[in-house]
Amino acid sequence: MAIELPVLKPSDFASDQDVRWCPGCGDYSILAQMKKVLPTLGVPREKMVFVSGIGCSSRFPYYVNTYGLHSIHGRAPAIATGLKCARPDLMVWVVTGDGDGLSIGGNHLMHCIRRNLDINIVMFNNRIYGLTKGQYSPTSPLGKVTKSTPMGAIDNPLHPLSIAIGCEATFVARSIDTNIKHLEMTLKRAAEHRGTSFVEVYQNCNVFNDGAFEYATDKASKADTVIELEHGKPLVFGKNREKGIRLHGMNPEIVEIGKGVNEDDLLFHDEKADEPSLAYLLSRMRYPEFPEPIGVFRAVDRPRYDEEMVSQIAKERQTRGDADLDKLFNSGETWTVT
Amino acid sequence: MATSTEGISKNKQVIKLEGATVRFAGDSGDGMQLAGTQLTNTSALAGNDVATFPDFPAEIRAPRGTLAGVSGFQIHFASSEIFTPGDSLDALVAMNPAALKTNLSDLRAGGILIVDKDSFDKKGLEQAGYAKNPLDDGSLDSYQLFQVELTKNTRNAVESLGLGLKAADRCRNFYAMGLVFWLYGRSLEPTRRYVQTKFKGEVADANLRSLEAGRNYGETTDAFYSSFQVDRAELKAGKYRNIIGNQALAWGVVAAAKLSKCELFLGSYPITPASDILHYLSEFKHHGVKTFQAEDEIAAMTATIGAAFGGDMAITTSSGPGIALKGEAIGLGVMLELPMLVINVQRGGPSTGLPTKTEQSDLFQAVFGRNGECPMPVIAARSPSDCFNTAIEAWQIAVRYMTPVMLLSDGYIANGAEPWEIPTMSALPDIPVEHPGPRSEDDPPFMPYKRDERLARPWALPGTVGLTHRIGGLEKQDVTGNISYDPANHQHMVNTRAQKVNNVANDYPATQIEGADQGELLVISWGGTYGSCLTAVRRMQALGHSVSHIHLRYINPLPNDLHGIMQRFQHILVPELNMGQLLTLIRSKYVIDAKGFNKVQGRPFGVGELMDKIGEYFS
Repeated sequence: MAIELPVLKPSDFASDQDVRWCPGCGDYSILAQMKKVLPTLGVPREKMVFVSGIGCSSRFPYYVNTYGLHSIHGRAPAIATGLKCARPDLMVWVVTGDGDGLSIGGNHLMHCIRRNLDINIVMFNNRIYGLTKGQYSPTSPLGKVTKSTPMGAIDNPLHPLSIAIGCEATFVARSIDTNIKHLEMTLKRAAEHRGTSFVEVYQNCNVFNDGAFEYATDKASKADTVIELEHGKPLVFGKNREKGIRLHGMNPEIVEIGKGVNEDDLLFHDEKADEPSLAYLLSRMRYPEFPEPIGVFRAVDRPRYDEEMVSQIAKERQTRGDADLDKLFNSGETWTVT
Repeated sequence: MATSTEGISKNKQVIKLEGATVRFAGDSGDGMQLAGTQLTNTSALAGNDVATFPDFPAEIRAPRGTLAGVSGFQIHFASSEIFTPGDSLDALVAMNPAALKTNLSDLRAGGILIVDKDSFDKKGLEQAGYAKNPLDDGSLDSYQLFQVELTKNTRNAVESLGLGLKAADRCRNFYAMGLVFWLYGRSLEPTRRYVQTKFKGEVADANLRSLEAGRNYGETTDAFYSSFQVDRAELKAGKYRNIIGNQALAWGVVAAAKLSKCELFLGSYPITPASDILHYLSEFKHHGVKTFQAEDEIAAMTATIGAAFGGDMAITTSSGPGIALKGEAIGLGVMLELPMLVINVQRGGPSTGLPTKTEQSDLFQAVFGRNGECPMPVIAARSPSDCFNTAIEAWQIAVRYMTPVMLLSDGYIANGAEPWEIPTMSALPDIPVEHPGPRSEDDPPFMPYKRDERLARPWALPGTVGLTHRIGGLEKQDVTGNISYDPANHQHMVNTRAQKVNNVANDYPATQIEGADQGELLVISWGGTYGSCLTAVRRMQALGHSVSHIHLRYINPLPNDLHGIMQRFQHILVPELNMGQLLTLIRSKYVIDAKGFNKVQGRPFGVGELMDKIGEYFS
């Protein structure tokens, strides 16, 4: 059935609520890019639901004029799972943070990803707890001095994309709050992927962890510290695209192009690789040893839990047919008292 | 198939009984639950009223022959209406020394004791911790002891089939069944039908041969000089079947979904003794049932919330430890004011406690176990078959008042079986569910927390044009649902949520009083102790005592007529399988000097102990 959709603008997705993030917060940019992407998806506004947990990022649903559920700490992926099972017709987004998604809600995130429900998860990673005012998070680097780690963090951080890939996510991507074109493109691709899309967004918390990603956003340095992934293309970076990533055995290495190395010798990105090994290797490349990849790490097709649930039900209905409760109640041994 | 004068011995005396309580006890691998279930079905088909009490260990297979591995199944069948699986045993089948040791104390003096003599060897006696063989030392003199070479006889019965010894020994339960069936004049036919549908080939043959050999043994051996007969009970006219509590709950929620024209979603994490509900519902895909085995209890609950937001009849099933984990999310459900069911099949606590044993100690958890002022309706099933109606009623409350509802069952109800008068779907009342329709831009804005006369808010579904709205766990302004930190609004919302739950009591039917509506003593029960309390009170009434009984199905809010009823009695007694939880609720709410009778031994009340307690008020 052809339905004529009204043409929507970003402003149609603004809710009537005042946005209450701190001035200068990276969340504003993510909200703005999201509002740009949503009207382009061909999905009616009322068919979209934003689900979140607790944290600064989790206020997101209040600021988007769709359906929204601001839930409890860490549980958004599980709520989204129930919602998507109940209503496969809805486009479901989960907005989470590094604390919400990887600490208290790590278990749900992991299982949501492995089930590959057709939902989109956007994790705002600012490497700090913002809403509780500045404790270290599971993505804070070793030695990070915060209110709860005055002598420096002693636990090894988690890397969101490595976790997602470890759970065999079918869509894994990274972008940066200030890289607005790239962020917009990444969110759009996540939305269009069928299956669980996992997007990590480097997001600056200018109050409690200002400059955490300066290396990746600073105009002077970013050409050397960030590498943009493109499917089927070699991994090239640097101001003059003079450097590349080559595989040395199982490990990546930085090489200079031209000095006996040409582009064909470099590692070529393949986001459609069946095995997640390449995506995992890319997720392990970290500043300062390596430029950090942004873009789509992995985009593969695998059966989706919500669709499988629907098809099992349809199949059972077809093979067993009669779903008559009276028949069920009267099945097996019965007797009549007169 | 050989059919002699089945179950009726030729030359032996047949003694008529009102009823009997029989227990099969053996190793957890001996098939005692199967034996008990077969005797239950057969007795029900013979027209008896039945009540059962399966009792099994938490270990799947504790070392064979040990006390820890003993599994039992008790059944009470009678020619009159019964409400309990019986206090003391009229007959005990002990398949090994460990089963004898752990079960003997429940056998009444003069009761029938059938043992597998072959299992009382040195190893078996040692494993059970017997220094001397109890079969020889006179310690069983006060019972009618029948030493049957059960293992040997079973092996002989199946010998020609060429099964190995291990496979042959797996038929021992059928031999024991055959013998007990003979003893109580039961037909072998229902069990034959069962064997033919469940087993194939030689295994089916071996089970059938063992069953018949057991029956023939009873009929021919001189050891048994009489058998018994329990006539049909005069049950209400209708068509019946046996039903197990968890099965009735599963069927009840499927029926409730149909009656409300909702799709059913179950979010659950396996936990004893609730897992069977997940198993039953997973089989019902052709009824459109969606079952989601979550990664943990919290995900089970929050997925349920997500499905409720989407418009499904969303339920979760668990037991006390799981409900504890769900607590925060249940609070979210209360805050969101969405309908959903939280089913707690209670077990012994605290912590892991007694996973396979029954208790009623989660009442406080159900009524109070969340942070903040967080009331929700709590309703409790009273028997296995009652689970069906309780499930339907819980969903009626949930959608009528837009609230999560806690449904309490317990391990005793969950695994127990009793006859169920089969309802007709068309005779069950529809459960009306309304969702607000689409709105245009010219309509006034949608108000997600605007309430009806019961204080319920609208159940607006995502996907509906013009109703986009955001809800969450933060306190919200009444009517608009916007976040609000206003002090007066918070007070207003806490009051409103409490009043809404209190309004549920306006729909209750009048509390039924069993006996006079005033007098000396009122016994108040709730949940699974219904049958034993009712039976004890009736017997005390028959002895001429001024005692009445009410059973509370609604735990929160309590019925509006409860206070008035209590005031008409001199004394109030509240028996519970906990340390006095309903008692505390009643005492604090009504400032009335009710007394408790409490037991936490993982087992239901016996009628006898309740009668003794009631008797104290009349001595």
